[in-house]
Formats: sequence, structure tokens, C-alpha cells
Amino acid sequence: MLGGGVLERTVPILTHERDTGGYFRLAVRAPDITPLVQPGQFAHVRILPLKSALLRRPFSIFQVAGETFSILYKAVGQGTEVLSRMRPGEELNVIAPLGRGFTVPRAGDSRPLLVAGGYGMAALYLLAQRAPEKGIVFVGGRRRQDILCVDEFRALGWEVRITTEDGSLGEPGLVTQPLVEELRRESAGRKLFACGPTGMLRAVGRIAEERGMAAELSMDEHMCCGVGVCLTCVIPVKTSAGWEYQRTCMEGPVFDARQVVWETDP
Amino acid sequence: MNLAVQIGKLTLQNPVMVASGTFGYGVEYARLIDLNRLGAVVVKGIRLGPVRGNPPPRTVEVTSGLINAIGLQGPGVDGFIEKYWPFLQGLKVPTIINIWGTTVDEYAEVARRFDALGGVGALELNVSCPNIKEGGSQFGTDCKLLAEVVAACRRATTLPLITKLSPNVVNIAPYARAAEEAGSDALAIMNSYPALAIDLETRRPKLANVTGGLTGPCIKPIALKLVWDAAKAVRIPIIGMGGIQSAADALEFLVVGATAVAVGTANFYEPQTALEVIAGMREFLQRKGIEDVREWTGSLRA
Repeated sequence: MLGGGVLERTVPILTHERDTGGYFRLAVRAPDITPLVQPGQFAHVRILPLKSALLRRPFSIFQVAGETFSILYKAVGQGTEVLSRMRPGEELNVIAPLGRGFTVPRAGDSRPLLVAGGYGMAALYLLAQRAPEKGIVFVGGRRRQDILCVDEFRALGWEVRITTEDGSLGEPGLVTQPLVEELRRESAGRKLFACGPTGMLRAVGRIAEERGMAAELSMDEHMCCGVGVCLTCVIPVKTSAGWEYQRTCMEGPVFDARQVVWETDP
Repeated sequence: MNLAVQIGKLTLQNPVMVASGTFGYGVEYARLIDLNRLGAVVVKGIRLGPVRGNPPPRTVEVTSGLINAIGLQGPGVDGFIEKYWPFLQGLKVPTIINIWGTTVDEYAEVARRFDALGGVGALELNVSCPNIKEGGSQFGTDCKLLAEVVAACRRATTLPLITKLSPNVVNIAPYARAAEEAGSDALAIMNSYPALAIDLETRRPKLANVTGGLTGPCIKPIALKLVWDAAKAVRIPIIGMGGIQSAADALEFLVVGATAVAVGTANFYEPQTALEVIAGMREFLQRKGIEDVREWTGSLRA
């Protein structure tokens, strides 16, 4: 759903902890932003000590609690490396909440099915928390260190099914395998919500399409301004006249799987 | 203190605008800043029909800069008027519309359409985009074609015309003079500089378009030199841009001869930049005891 307002604020880091592997959890105090956040929205963060690079970095909003919200990220590049060294009390500048998030299921809807790859779990947490009906979350990763937030989802009363490619945790294989098994049992009227790498989203989209199911996919694209002006983060989206490039930061990051064009003519 | 400046018959309440392509159609940033405090809003380049734009990846961050190859994605004249003009028309500050085409006639037709619309502040002729196959910089790097485009638009409209020049020329002076002589009311200097970034591991270019245009703080010294050169060659006002992220940067453009400035890439990472530039400019001039920003323009001791 499209959130209400968006604010730019310089906010203090309250807690910053290492999770498994190269993953980190960071919480900031942002009292006038937190009430605005919808599941699946993101924060565009200016890492103030980062002087060698100009741009903000987008992060899914993970948890919201009172005056604070948190992100869950992996240190992968120069921006997140510098971020990972920041301490509580230091400040970040954030523009949030941004983007069109997930449609929160309504009471009486079928049990929702969530599919996450790695830190894609972060983008799905608020959806799980706010969904009136508890469902199943399928989470996959390369190895056990990539499986995050399992306890948090279980604490919400959700069933968590884990897969790892190397078999170091849960079932060995891809996240789509237990999903397909579950859908073999029952797929009519059920809806998928997914966040993770593009390959996984594409597979989830195809699974939904084959069964005539609805699916919402949170697309992870390279982003620049985050607010809809630069047209960096575009993906091809179906229109009545064919397709057009739409912005992940404005029309997304969450798209109806049926609208996404996975291959375009050159 | 007076910060107001004149671009042709257009008066700006202050000399700080935003650069085309870095500010969408205004409405996006209205959520974060008060647009009515800007000198002017300059919208993304528009041609007659809708433009799909280049495939992604479209931008890449480099040291102190950004390379982009968006490919002028846009809704075309009709789409723009329907979707964005009602909002822009409600602003108290002028809207400058950046226009382009693939032929001289298309430029003139787009100019005519916006002339007929009424309420437009000025037209900025984009003859310098490096990321499209036809149009754009082919007109800006050939003096004769440049003069033709400007003259055709001049015949098509009475709106102030700003010609946005390419930095990709040996000497900018003849281009500046060609635009002036063909009837341009002002110059915008500069557009992005052609550039390339590669991924060593994959041996692939980082942009799908292979090359793009470099912008951001790293191009500021190049832009300053071009403004300085052009200011000596023409009498019409110059809007300076290229890597401005502070009042000090903006004041440097003014001191070498720019009448106004535009904040570009900085909008992407700090939407407050233009407003901070205006406040900082006022403070600086006050400290220097200068009553009118126009006294600062072109006052370089060289």
C-alpha cells in the first residue's frame, strides 16, 4: 500500500549489533517516521561518515517499535562497510518511509505464504506482524549464516520452513522446493509475498503464474535518489500498450508478479 | 539584500535553481522541500512523444561523482501536460521546461506547444545529452546545427530561451556565441561529460548503455572553467552548474561570471541542498558587505 507521508530526519543510532556472518541489525530513534511505516517500505539512508561515495543506500524497514525502527543489512560494499563501523549515539540521515509496500491481508483471507531469500526476511517481518492470520514463511539461503530472524517470526506465531543450499540448516536445496510441496497440498485462493534475490523472485512469480495464484514481489534494484526523480531503479512492467519502465522506488518496490516483465526485446 | 536576478525577461527571486534531470517534475521533491523558495524549478527533458529510456543499469557511482545513461525517459509533451503541469502551474516560482528533439523541426514544435500552453517560465534547449542516439549532443557539438536549432525555437516562441551547452568541445566560446547570435536569451553550462566505468571482474561496462554522462562534485572545476570561458565570449546571462553541493560552490560559479546556478546531482543525495545554498549565499554576501548578488557576478580578480 502507498504510505502517507515521507520525512527527512537526522536520527541517532540506538543499537547496532552483529547478527550471523556479515549481517548487522541497526535501530534508530525516529519518532515521527515510525507511525508512517507500512510493511515492505524502505528507508533511504545517508551514511554521514561515508565521504568517498555520494549516494544514499536503501534498506527495507525491518522492525518498528514505538519511536524506533530498525534495518537488517549485510556488509557488502563501501557504504555498508562504513555503516557497520558506526556506533550507538552516532547519527544517520534518513528519508523514510519510501515506496509502495505489501498489501496487508485482511481478516478472513487465506493463510498467507511468505518467501524470503537471505535478508529478504527483513522486508517481510512487518507484514507477518500485521497480518491478522498467521501463515508460513519459507526462508532460504546459501548456508546457515544466511538464515535470519527465524526466532522473531516464530515468536509471532508463524511457522518457519528453512532451506539452505549446502544443507547446513533445515532442508537442503532451494526455498522454492518446500513452497511447491505446500502448494501441491493446497494452492487455490492462497497468496504469496516474496522478497529476495531476483532469481528467487522470478521463480516465485513463475510458481504463482502456473497455479493462477496472486503474488506480490519486493524487487531489489540498484537505486540512486530513492524518491522517483532519477529513473535509475526501473524495471519493465506490463501496460495496456505493451510495457514501460517503472520505478522500484515509487511504483515499487512491491509489484504484482503478473505485472513484471522478466525478459524484454532488445 | 537583493538576490533576485534576471534571465531574459524572466525574474528569479534568487539565483538558485535545480538542474534538469535531477528534480523530476518538481512534485516528487515537494514532499521534502518547499519548492516556492527556489529560484526556479527545471523539469526533466521532454520531447514530443513518450520516451522509454535506456535499459538498466542506468547509473553508477564513481569517485566523487555519478555516471548516468537514463536515455531521457519521459512522458512526452501531452503526457507531461496532463500529469505534471497542473501541479507545476500552482507553484509561485517559475517552471523552466527542458526540451529536446531528434530534428530541428521537432525542437521547434515542442517549443510551440509550450509557448501555447501559457504560464511557462522559460524553455531550456537540451542540445547536449550524451546518452541518446539521435538528438541531444549532435546539435550541441556542431555550431551550424546549434544555431539552426536555436533560431528555429526562437521563431517558435517568445518565451525566454536557455541553451544548455555540451562540455565536450575544444573551445566553448564559438558555441556560446552561436547560441547568442541565434537568439538565445541565456546559456546553461554545463551538461554531463561523456564517461565510462567498468567492472574488472566481469570485464563488462557498468552501464547497459556502455557510456554515460559524468556529473557530481568531480566535474566542478571543469564546469567553472567553461563558465569562465563562455562569460568572456557573450553578453547574455549564464546559468552555471556542475557539482554544486554548497553555497561556496555556487558562489564560485557566480564569481567567474554566472548570473544564476543550478544544483544537480546533489539533489539525489541531499534534497535540502538548493535551500541550503540559498541560505549560505545570503550569509556569505552579508559577511562580505555585498548588498546585491549581481555585484558578485563576474567579479573574479584574474
